[in-house]
Amino acid sequence: MSGPPQADYFTYLGLPQKLQIDPAELEKRFYALSRRLHPDRHAGKPEPERRLAEEATARLNDAYRTLKDPVARAEYLLDRHGLNKSEQKSSNVPPELLEEVFELNLALEEIRGGDLSARPQLAAAKSKFEGMLAEVDRSLQACFEEWDQSGRRETLERIFGVLNRRTYIRNLLRDVNV
Amino acid sequence: MSSVFQIDFGDQAPDPGPIVGIDLGTTNSLVAYMGEVRPKIITDGEGEKIVPSVVALTSDNELIAGRAAAALLTSTPERAVYSVKRLMGKGVADVAGELALFPFRVAEGSQSVIRIQLGGRVLTPPEVSAQVLRRLKHMAEAHFGRTVEKAVITVPAYFNDAQRQATKDAGRIAGLEVLRLVNEPTAAALAYGLDKRQQGIVAVYDLGGGTFDISILKIHDGIFEVLATNGDTHLGGDDIDNLLIHIALEDLTTEWGEDLEGDAVGVQFLRRAVIEAKHELSTRLEAEIRFSYRGRQYNRRLERALFEKLIAGIVERTLEPCRNAVLDARLDVAEIDEVVLVGGSTRIPLVREAVQIMFQKKPHAELNPEEVVALGAAVQAGILAGVQADMLLLDVTPLSLGIETMGGVVSKLIHRNSTIPASAAEVFTTGVEGQKNVLIHVVQGEREMAGDCRSLARFDLKDIPPMPAGMPRIEVRFLIDANGILSVTARDQRSGKEQSVEVKPSYGLTDSQVESMISESIEQAEADFARRQLAEARVDADAILAATERAMEHEAWFDLPEDERRSIQGALNELRVACHAEDHLLVRAHVDKLNAATMRLAEMMMDTAVNTALKGKTLDEV
Repeated sequence: MSGPPQADYFTYLGLPQKLQIDPAELEKRFYALSRRLHPDRHAGKPEPERRLAEEATARLNDAYRTLKDPVARAEYLLDRHGLNKSEQKSSNVPPELLEEVFELNLALEEIRGGDLSARPQLAAAKSKFEGMLAEVDRSLQACFEEWDQSGRRETLERIFGVLNRRTYIRNLLRDVNV
Repeated sequence: MSSVFQIDFGDQAPDPGPIVGIDLGTTNSLVAYMGEVRPKIITDGEGEKIVPSVVALTSDNELIAGRAAAALLTSTPERAVYSVKRLMGKGVADVAGELALFPFRVAEGSQSVIRIQLGGRVLTPPEVSAQVLRRLKHMAEAHFGRTVEKAVITVPAYFNDAQRQATKDAGRIAGLEVLRLVNEPTAAALAYGLDKRQQGIVAVYDLGGGTFDISILKIHDGIFEVLATNGDTHLGGDDIDNLLIHIALEDLTTEWGEDLEGDAVGVQFLRRAVIEAKHELSTRLEAEIRFSYRGRQYNRRLERALFEKLIAGIVERTLEPCRNAVLDARLDVAEIDEVVLVGGSTRIPLVREAVQIMFQKKPHAELNPEEVVALGAAVQAGILAGVQADMLLLDVTPLSLGIETMGGVVSKLIHRNSTIPASAAEVFTTGVEGQKNVLIHVVQGEREMAGDCRSLARFDLKDIPPMPAGMPRIEVRFLIDANGILSVTARDQRSGKEQSVEVKPSYGLTDSQVESMISESIEQAEADFARRQLAEARVDADAILAATERAMEHEAWFDLPEDERRSIQGALNELRVACHAEDHLLVRAHVDKLNAATMRLAEMMMDTAVNTALKGKTLDEV
């Protein structure tokens, strides 16, 4: 391996490894670091310095983009704790949704086939899933608070499960939004 | 300024020279610089700011650009080219449909890079654009009295990697180091923010000659952060012109019993006529397309109501990108504080109405929409020079970047509207034992399948040490720089060694092709420059000679006193003689002399024209 090990995104932005971040504080740090690192601030310097500025800013932007979005932030932290998103199986249907999803797929088939009588069923499903998504986001928020206080691995594993469920519901929502 | 005046301060860094800001437009181009407090547009010798983005080959086989070239569009259209920006970074298949309406010819053998036949010369779009850039460079050099080698050039925000690279190549061929490519709407926001708004959310709606962009920015203490951008690189005023040309051509087929479609000169004159009518309709409720050609006359009244009906579809096409940009910025329309209009086509009242309805507020148009992009480019030049130390622009990449995976599916690595510079890394391995190469296909776009996205390049990871399948671990880093241009590096994770990557751009020139174009142009630069200056001076001379000869048949000529007529005649003859000399300064001097001599004649002709126009109208109508 070459090069020094890179600081994680939290450290890079001078923040503690917490899942709850004040967006205003994050933005303030991002702007301050941008002013220092951005290649436009080093335009008159020799090529190696400009290259460094470019690399550092790319990393800053990647860090900011990840930490700004609560889901991306959680996924990033999980990944650093060995809980990799690519091992999430979005095809793992939450058990209580099995029947619902089966019915829904039938309704979608009918609509694609030109039979629009299933539309009301779809609208109902949509509002149900939106409610579920809001609920998932609430429980995610609760988990964030818990992890920030306890720092226990069990909490991270629970977040992993919640995110998995969230991905599934979002995919369902995308399907009913045809 | 001569070098005698440049004092050597010893170990202080050498003066980097001026950095100019260039708006390289589809129809017109401008060059500006950052003044003491505000940016300024540079004018040419005649006080003109706008340089038409037209390049032509004169009868002496000299390449010229700007107004002199535009004058040749209607006389020798097969030796002139305009709107070349539409061809930047494109392959022949991309533009097959629209080539029919443009007079220039695509040379044989063109495929992934278009080659344009211009008289006896064959040029790529970057080489053509380089001519326009050279013209701007010379204007700036005349202004500063020294060489100008550094520039910020604007591009449509929705330009892809190949189009950006082609623009950068054009700069290099023109002898300019392109310090930064800036997105046009963002540049406009810089000029606007410097002038008007210090804080808040601003949407920039930019409808130019050939492209449409929408960008939404957050301005905060001198930081201009682009939140989202969207657009269409094939939508603009040209489309409106083509629509009107089609209608007129149909009329002509019935009225004159003649199909002018294949007649490049005729279509070019017609284009001028419809553009004039289009411009008139921005301030009047009615205009007339007036077209005379080969002794025949075609007049067609066009009411604004009908015009609006005709262009409604084009205006509507700008709204979907607006809605997507608002969504991507994660904003509600009500959260947008102001809307700024950029580009000549935003002078059209229907466009303004549509923008007002879309954003629920009256758009700003107090900055000149034709100049604001160049002014913003100059502000960015000031930022790079360290003059505007409190300002910083954070832009985004307009399109997602991905790689083609199994079955042609795209795996996205950098999403659209990510702040640039942005990077992503991916580890690749081999599929067969002893495999030495891995080919990575990089695409840009939002679609799921690689075939539906824009192919950027193929990167060939070479000389992988022989190992069982799946054992090598090659980490590939994709970096989109602050210009929105991709670079790729690869590293063998096991050895830590840099892995060699061969880049095969899908559209565009290879580095060595650009290099050879640069060296060709440098070798010829000196001779070229002198010859070009002479060619340009002669074209200007021809124009004023012809105008003077026409004026001599005007009634005002006979009202001039005898001695004044004689001095005009004298200046005319002297200019004719001067044109035979190989000295552009001499030609210029006599152009100026004739200009001065005919000043009063021109005024008198103007008075006559005004009087004729007013005749028969009451004062109320005026």
